[in-house]
Amino acid sequence: MKKYIKDLTVAAVEYPHSRYVLIKLTDAEPLPEVAPGQFVEVKVEGSPATFLRRPISINYYDKATNQLWLLVAMVGEGTRTLGTLKAGDKLNLVFPLGNGFSPVQKAGEKVLLVGGGVGVAPLLQYGRYLKENGAHPVFLLGARTSADLLELDLFRAISDVYITTEDASEGEKGFVTQHSVLQTDKFDRISVCGPKPMMVSVARYAKQTATPCEVSLENMMACGLGACLCCVEKTVKGNVCVCKEGPVFDINDLTWNL
Amino acid sequence: MADLTTKLAGITLKNPVMTASGTFGYGVEFADFVNLEDIGGIIVKGTTLNPREGNDYPRMVETASGMLNCVGLQNKGVDYFCKNIYPQTKDINTNMIVNVSGSCPEDYAECAARINELDNIPAIELNISCPNVRQGGMAFGVTTDGAASVVKAVREAYKKTLIVKLSPNVTSITDIALAVQDAGADAVSLINTLMGMVIDIEKRKPILSIGTGGMSGPAVKPVAVRCVYQVAKAVNVPIVGLGGIMNAHDAIEFLLAGASAIEIGTANFVDPAITVKVAQGISEWLDNHGCKSVSEIIGQAL
Ligand SMILES: Cc1cc2nc3c(=O)[nH]c(=O)nc-3n(C[C@H](O)[C@H](O)[C@H](O)COP(=O)(O)OP(=O)(O)OC[C@H]3O[C@@H](n4cnc5c(N)ncnc54)[C@H](O)[C@@H]3O)c2cc1C
Ligand SMILES: Cc1cc2nc3c(=O)[nH]c(=O)nc-3n(C[C@H](O)[C@H](O)[C@H](O)COP(=O)(O)O)c2cc1C
Ligand code: FES
Repeated sequence: MKKYIKDLTVAAVEYPHSRYVLIKLTDAEPLPEVAPGQFVEVKVEGSPATFLRRPISINYYDKATNQLWLLVAMVGEGTRTLGTLKAGDKLNLVFPLGNGFSPVQKAGEKVLLVGGGVGVAPLLQYGRYLKENGAHPVFLLGARTSADLLELDLFRAISDVYITTEDASEGEKGFVTQHSVLQTDKFDRISVCGPKPMMVSVARYAKQTATPCEVSLENMMACGLGACLCCVEKTVKGNVCVCKEGPVFDINDLTWNL
Repeated sequence: MADLTTKLAGITLKNPVMTASGTFGYGVEFADFVNLEDIGGIIVKGTTLNPREGNDYPRMVETASGMLNCVGLQNKGVDYFCKNIYPQTKDINTNMIVNVSGSCPEDYAECAARINELDNIPAIELNISCPNVRQGGMAFGVTTDGAASVVKAVREAYKKTLIVKLSPNVTSITDIALAVQDAGADAVSLINTLMGMVIDIEKRKPILSIGTGGMSGPAVKPVAVRCVYQVAKAVNVPIVGLGGIMNAHDAIEFLLAGASAIEIGTANFVDPAITVKVAQGISEWLDNHGCKSVSEIIGQAL
């Protein structure tokens, strides 16, 4: 897939919650084609402390409206500066990067998409893609508390959404792997994006139930292009670049202790 | 328009901009962003005789105006390069230069000998200055005897242009530069990264997997310019300057300090099209200052 470096225009900025910002981007030209699970490298202007670009997943991509959305958790200087963008501002992106999630394997397949925290970001686009292409996505989203659940309306518009919160403020209490749907339902495969401990426990569940499972990793990156070898993950084939060979990996290719 | 061609011992560059090893892959990773043939030279990833897995993750951390890395020379070995990479890059019309590393003089020499067989590789850059591998690497580059021993061994095995890359992590970089010049280097490039460390105060441990890492980016530029200036006063061989170059202004500083060409490293991560922009910027600056060629300004600050 050809990669681009482009100044996109901020069409709108929304704050789903005080710690998150949703940046809706557009361009005068048609946006390049992107695949679900791919990411962008954002140049953060106006933050001298932020030297390198920041990798952010593609949350939503729509040809008809020519929009590409980034859902960002404001965790540090760079992401907080992204939170100060205003409609009309320009944002410089290198994209689309990485390989993304698996394409539809067979019509009607039931795919469980598990997201934790801001890890839900790429699952929205993946869910839309699966539904449009004849698969049956089901979402299982986990958060600390109900206020941390993001884009719920959009997820619900696509398919069933199961929820866990650590404080029982919404859905079932506990972690995603404790949700009852995992006991009562069966899935053809699972895709996960979220904090590492969550991904590990979902991967363990997948292994126990012999369900194919892929995870989206967030290793620290410098170039995002497979050139610097900074973002490597240990796999059965040795150290590979998450930015180029990933960020999505089959759990059987990783060397996690499951 | 000013003449941008510059000479580096046996080779001619169409402009003084090259890419720094380890920051530009094999060039092809950047082909969507720049026309690789508009770059004066491409110095590919550090290559060793045998394959190396490199260090564990985490391998990088950002710092004010720069970053530290401890990649540790991950590469698939020189034979893989010759069989699988070289055929993809050999017809790109620029100077493809291989950065060679090793853990003993014999390994360096053997690796260089195999690259000597490749027609479209006009030069190698000998990395005797990598701070990220325990054995070899920088160990050679920090003493005059060590540096000279590697350069002598490679000089016998390698017939084309031999550039030797120097470490700034030394007491006197000019002593090392003179030693490698005497041992047969055709040119020197400097600087490699500066050894540094960042500590995670919550975990109370260094962030990088091996503790230390090599610092690069604009934060190191004044150190690099000083090194080039001092070495330019001491040696006769041409110099390639690098360390923290982010734009044409930075590149011109290095040229004035005595560099015949420059390399761009970490800046490629911030702007993957930076190389051609810097070449263009140098050209405009020369025109605006009434210079007919880039060679006019090389070493003018000395
Ligand atoms: C492929 C990929 C996709 C991502 N997608 C999203 C996304 O859609 N939305 C989103 O909000 N975030 C996403 N991230 C994480 C995001 O890149 C980091 O949160 C961001 O770089 C932090 O920058 P900062 O300057 O705000 O924080 P810094 O000041 O750099 O760091 C603040 C904190 O964030 C942590 N951090 C820094 N970089 C990363 C990283 N690469 N991964 C995880 N933690 C990090 C640091 O360890 C530190 O604790 C993604 C990361 C990757 C690699
Ligand atoms: C991620 C990374 C990997 C590097 N790998 C190599 C290498 O394999 N061989 C080498 O000689 N230098 C290597 N370097 C050093 C650079 O080539 C260069 O000397 C240094 O980064 C300073 O230049 P800069 O500030 O423009 O990046 C590496 C630097 C970085 C950031
Ligand atoms: S971030 Fe440079 S190789 Fe992945």
